[in-house]
Amino acid sequence: MIDAINLTKKFGDVIAVDGLTFHVHEGDVFGFLGPNGAGKTTTVRMLCCLIAKTSGEARIAGYDTANDDDSLKIRKIIGFMPENVGLYGELSAYRNLDFYARLYDRSEQQRKESIERLLRLLGLWEKKDLPVGTFSKGMKQKVAIARALVHDPEILFLDEPTSNLDPEAAKTVRDFILELKKEKKTIFLNTHNLNEAQKLCDHIGILKTHLLRTGTPDDLKESLWGSKTVIQLEDVNDRIVAAVKQHTSGKVVVEGHRLVIDVINAEKENPGLVGAVFAAGGRIQFVEGLNPTLEDVYLKTVREEQ
Amino acid sequence: MRLSQAWIIASKDIDIFRKKKSIFYSVIIFPLFVSVGLPLLIYLSSGESSGTADVQSGLPIVINAFAFFFIIGASTLPTAIASYTIVGEKQEQSLEPLLATPTTDSEILLGKCIGALLPPLVAIWIGGVIFMGLIDTFTFRLLGYPYFPNPVMAVIMLLLVPFAAITAVEVSVIISARVSDVRTAQQLGSLIVIPFALVYVLGEINVFPLTVLHLLIIALIILVADRALFSLAVSTFRREEILTRWK
Repeated sequence: MIDAINLTKKFGDVIAVDGLTFHVHEGDVFGFLGPNGAGKTTTVRMLCCLIAKTSGEARIAGYDTANDDDSLKIRKIIGFMPENVGLYGELSAYRNLDFYARLYDRSEQQRKESIERLLRLLGLWEKKDLPVGTFSKGMKQKVAIARALVHDPEILFLDEPTSNLDPEAAKTVRDFILELKKEKKTIFLNTHNLNEAQKLCDHIGILKTHLLRTGTPDDLKESLWGSKTVIQLEDVNDRIVAAVKQHTSGKVVVEGHRLVIDVINAEKENPGLVGAVFAAGGRIQFVEGLNPTLEDVYLKTVREEQ
Repeated sequence: MRLSQAWIIASKDIDIFRKKKSIFYSVIIFPLFVSVGLPLLIYLSSGESSGTADVQSGLPIVINAFAFFFIIGASTLPTAIASYTIVGEKQEQSLEPLLATPTTDSEILLGKCIGALLPPLVAIWIGGVIFMGLIDTFTFRLLGYPYFPNPVMAVIMLLLVPFAAITAVEVSVIISARVSDVRTAQQLGSLIVIPFALVYVLGEINVFPLTVLHLLIIALIILVADRALFSLAVSTFRREEILTRWK
């Protein structure tokens, strides 16, 4: 659905995006993670035909973003929510959405149905006639999402959709994105929020001018270190460590009174490890699994790059 | 280019204009003053001097000079709206989602221009009709005949007013690319009045009398300037420029 091949953007001598290659499948939620200035917004702008690429290729639903005729077709089938909501504060929520729906050639009936459905879904129908300027940040964000969806696009580009929102409003927006995911919309999501990416995304790309890693959240976590088992003991001695090392081919690290052991299949290996510790005279306080989080993956990847 | 897309954008801008009371009144007050205030001034200052030779020769010059105020209005009023609809959108960051819709740069630019042109033009044309009506009431008494309609007013209303308004909008578009707040854009845009004021002064001191021929020459010059400014405005109003270079 979305293809980037060696996609590059330069502003003068500054390389904003360098040789991106990725593919987003139809119906997938693709999360783009990266620090400020990593090129996330520039990438979205190139994919939405807002700015021209310097080199490489980008295709949306088979249409070439570099072709003028295709770019109009692309803009018809995409919905775009920029980082800043950019609504018309003097106009009502309904009028804001109606204006955009008209630009997509929707009939009056289609516009009415679509706007009512979206505003009801987002809990804003009762406030449809109020000027958007009087809305809270969260409400404006919801109207901006509705605006991106008012023409029922096939592909949705969301640039930091929950930034600056309070936790409750952010949850409403995330839940709404999950609803869209159920509807099999293809979603390209720029975010700083790693929990959000974990919850919403099927695939993730970590960007810092160039693409550092890409994969499913599980693949990325797996690639970092797999799973670990932590055995907390009353006391650790050489005999216990030797017994554990005899029992596993994975790396064993002693951290105070804890043994941190790399495992491939925790369910299979843990009983044996616990038995070995017990047989060596170890007194176990507790055993827990340690899985890397997306945050671990992100920080490690970005720091390695630095 | 699809006019329907441009009209959707223009009608949205006009909706916003109607809700922005400060801009709305600024566009209404000037034509109202010229159309009602200046004829009243003539009426009050004419006193009992109807039919005298001074009035017969002097009044048409005064009326023509007053009619020129509509051109000055046309050259300044659109900047109030154009600055708001372009710099205002830039400030509220509403241009980016608009640029992501299936509209071309030219359609957006045309929409913005229509939205900024129509309200002042309508206000000036309505003002012009009121002005002519009131002046005719007085000239019928003072000169013995209705002064309007006449070729001078036709050239002013049908050529110079729209051409000057277009100039104002185009200058506003060009300025909007280089400033980041509405007030600065309006202040800089209003400088376009200077050449028109200069023509007015030249007319008043009889260096360049405001005859039909001279007004047609001015109209032609503005038209040529509008064409050049249009090319400059189009080259300024490109989505990549707007998103990456505009201040």
